[in-house]
Amino acid sequence: MSEEFKVEIVNPEKSFLVKDDVSEVVVPAFEGEMGILKDHISIISFLKPGIIKILSKSGDENYYVEDGIVEFKNNNLSILTSTIFNLADMDKSKQQDLLKQAEEEANKTDINDQSKYLADQKLEVLKTLN
Amino acid sequence: MASLDDLKKRIASVKSTQKITKAMKMVAAAKLRRAQESAEKGRPYSEKMNNVILNLSNGISDKENAPKLLSGTGQEKTHLCVVMTSDRGLCGGFNSNIIKKAKSYFAKILDEGKELKIITVGSKGNDQLKRVYGDKIIENISFKESKNANYFDADKVGKMVIEKFEAAEFDVCTIFYNQFKNVITQIPQAQQIIPLNNEGEENSSEESYEFEPDEDEILSNLLPKNISTQIFKAMLENSASEQGSRMSAMDNATRNAGEMVDKLTIEYNRSRQAAITKELIEIISGAESL
Repeated sequence: MSEEFKVEIVNPEKSFLVKDDVSEVVVPAFEGEMGILKDHISIISFLKPGIIKILSKSGDENYYVEDGIVEFKNNNLSILTSTIFNLADMDKSKQQDLLKQAEEEANKTDINDQSKYLADQKLEVLKTLN
Repeated sequence: MASLDDLKKRIASVKSTQKITKAMKMVAAAKLRRAQESAEKGRPYSEKMNNVILNLSNGISDKENAPKLLSGTGQEKTHLCVVMTSDRGLCGGFNSNIIKKAKSYFAKILDEGKELKIITVGSKGNDQLKRVYGDKIIENISFKESKNANYFDADKVGKMVIEKFEAAEFDVCTIFYNQFKNVITQIPQAQQIIPLNNEGEENSSEESYEFEPDEDEILSNLLPKNISTQIFKAMLENSASEQGSRMSAMDNATRNAGEMVDKLTIEYNRSRQAAITKELIEIISGAESL
């Protein structure tokens, strides 16, 4: 039996990615990174800013996300997110733009703890990319 | 009877109107394809979102303490209606259909003695509603600058609705928009988004989920997002409907103008012929009298 399952990433504009030969997906869940393999228990969780790693036969892919929801059920992984970039398509200037935005956000003083936490996370992830 | 010159001018003017409507039809057709595409591409997201929420709300153990966005405030006194229309006219019955649907709903609410608040999205709806319900309109939003419906705009409306909900300004929220079925059919819809109305949609899977963090936290994060998503979906459907409606309206207008040109041309030829005949009679009877 194959150890593969299906992953679907959708954003509000369109269905971003559908792959059905995935062996493992690592998502940046709210309470820490989480690797999902086949026959994982049904789960719903949140994403924080980070990198989604998709490991499959046809090659590994990395995506940068800022937020989202993951749902895993019956070997179908759905990821709903509003901001997603393929790292392979992301050039330096795009990264710099995002980094600048994140810095501005993190330096705001009038935001609550949760958004502060998210902004810091974003900053950290973007820094490691550079 | 109009003189030959007048008829000529009218024919020319109808012809130039026809050219305009034809051009508008072409433009609408091109835009429609894009709008329809994005409406269809946007559907999976809102459907998935709905599914997740459905699964969550089924799995929630403590119904009493469920977030208010899901279960409502417990009363139905103040209704907020978000009426979504276009910013441009000349699109057939598109705006009037939404307004008609909304007005009948308003009348029902006011008959029941409940309070009504209205947010209009798009200037055409505001124009039509402010005469009768002017004092009920609390906000008017228009996205004239944005070329296409985008999530950022929808999120703005969504955040505003949630803000007002948290300030306890209303109990029930309904959005009005046109659902795109095909080019000639758009169905005006009234969709209740707060509290979330999931009844009637039976969820077959009784599977239990693992949640991380717990249900309440997920729900309280997810529900506001869902509001924006639903509004975004409505905006996408609306923009596809608007273009479809405009296309068929302009198609009709072009055809009508063509008919009119034909009719006027016949009239023109007839009166030209009549004038010639009249002149001939005059000449002949003049010659006879000599």
